[in-house]
Amino acid sequence: MKKVEAIIKPFKLDDVKDALREVGVEGMTVLEAKGFGRQKGHTEIYRGSEYTVDLLPKIKLEIIIADAKLEDVVNAIVRSAKTGKIGDGKVFVSTIDEVIRIRTEDHGEKAI
Amino acid sequence: MKQLLLALAFLIGCVALAPSSRAADPVAVSQPTLEQRVADLEAYMNNSGRLADTATNHVASNVPGPGPGHNAWQMTSAALVLFMTLPGLALFYGGLVRRKNVLSVVAQCFYLAGLVTILWFICGYSLVFHPGNPILGGWENALFKGVDSAPNGNYSFWVSQNVFAMYQLMFAIITPALIVGSIAERMKFSAICLFMILWMFVVYFPQAHMVWGIDGMMNGVFNPDAKIHAIDFAGGTVVHMTSGWSALILCLILGKRVGWGRDNFTPHSLALCMVGTGMLWVGWYGFNAGSAVAADVIAANAFTTTTIATAVASFVWPMIEWIVRGKPSVLGFCSGAVAGLVVITPACGFVTPAGAFIIGIVAGVIPWFFCYKVKLWFGYDDALDTFGVHAIGGTIGALLTGVFTRNAANPNLSINLKKYVTDSCFQPLVFEQIKAIAVTLLIAIVGTVVIAYVVKAVVGLRPSREEELTGLDLSDHGEEAYHG
Repeated sequence: MKKVEAIIKPFKLDDVKDALREVGVEGMTVLEAKGFGRQKGHTEIYRGSEYTVDLLPKIKLEIIIADAKLEDVVNAIVRSAKTGKIGDGKVFVSTIDEVIRIRTEDHGEKAI
Repeated sequence: MKQLLLALAFLIGCVALAPSSRAADPVAVSQPTLEQRVADLEAYMNNSGRLADTATNHVASNVPGPGPGHNAWQMTSAALVLFMTLPGLALFYGGLVRRKNVLSVVAQCFYLAGLVTILWFICGYSLVFHPGNPILGGWENALFKGVDSAPNGNYSFWVSQNVFAMYQLMFAIITPALIVGSIAERMKFSAICLFMILWMFVVYFPQAHMVWGIDGMMNGVFNPDAKIHAIDFAGGTVVHMTSGWSALILCLILGKRVGWGRDNFTPHSLALCMVGTGMLWVGWYGFNAGSAVAADVIAANAFTTTTIATAVASFVWPMIEWIVRGKPSVLGFCSGAVAGLVVITPACGFVTPAGAFIIGIVAGVIPWFFCYKVKLWFGYDDALDTFGVHAIGGTIGALLTGVFTRNAANPNLSINLKKYVTDSCFQPLVFEQIKAIAVTLLIAIVGTVVIAYVVKAVVGLRPSREEELTGLDLSDHGEEAYHG
């Protein structure tokens, strides 16, 4: 099993969600996040004072999937979140050892 | 301590309950004829004195009390001016500070509403508006003795003296509240409490008496013996110059906020700031048009000039931003509106709409320049730009009042100022205004330096570094504005 974490632009959330549903992803966790990468921040000016806002608002998605779906899911995220401009975000993939559904106590891929 | 308090309470009670010392009129008063009664009604319509108000006519009046229309407008105006402070200014300033300090600003404004009312009742009103000497009024109206619903002919023939006192009280509340803007986020509450009490006595009461008291040394309109024949319709010197210049001095003595130039001091809610600005603009009609102390032609003109100057300034300021910075900001619209209101304040009852238009343009340019450029050049931490907007705005307002005052705008100018108002831009009034500006600067700056060091010696001025970083909401008031 794999965990796919994606940092995306907040206004792309709906597009990414729809694209993931199309490739059969049935659940996800969405976090409102702040951070910076190469995009850096932007400056805001209040009367004479200029301030650099370097932590920008982002959305972080976490999805657990079966190994077989990995390529479809990653492609769906990249395709739907891309604007081609700096700040589009990143996708991280890692391996998951175990998943347990609390209600039924199912283990492994059955529990996803 | 307890005994002292009891003695004080007893003393106050005695003064309050002492019988009125008004002597009975020794001259016989005749009943008015029908013609005299009609003349009194006309006087109400025209906002002039009854026959009974002139010393030579010993005739009674059937309308000795306040005029309902004038009183109604004055009570409305008083409420509008209170609305400027609570919640107008509290929101305007509250929105501009960081979220950890918004309640401290609100608390400071609210504290002043209570404190100044107490001082005003005890002796403030008397020291400003009862005749005394050219610098400070007398004590005879202390504890509102003699301040009842009958008009005080020194200030209005048709507005109740208690209404007039309440109206002027609202000015006395908002003036120190303006200072809060430049020292926001870094002066501890106990220091503000003490500072403001002293400031009212040392700066506000004398200044207000000099400009508006019937025997004040700078009351050019109504005091023929004024040493300086200056004019100030609604408080360019009394309100904005005193608060603004005191704010600069206090912010210099306090020093910069912790993290200035390094941390992010962005306003926590420009939406609140905009809401507050709108309330200020609306409330300012009471401030400016209400300063006619009647619902008369002068009030009508003041209402008009206030609107024009404010609208022009609120347009000019963001347009300059658009040209210089590439974007017109909401804070720019708000700042322009407040600057326009400040600059037109001393002039509104004396200038024509054309003069107000030019004043509006100047108000959009010069305070902008001070907030954007001068503040950066000198590096003082005037947190919410009280100096840039109120001190600078009030000062150029006082000066431009001298330039644009026209006889056509205000019939009262012909009482004592014929020599000074000649309807030209370089009329002698300009030099009288410069003298008044100098006196105001002196009292505000010297007064504030002295008070600030006294307060510093007694309770200290700033919170600890840790308290300041935590935010004054928690460290001074034990509350937070927003949870979750």
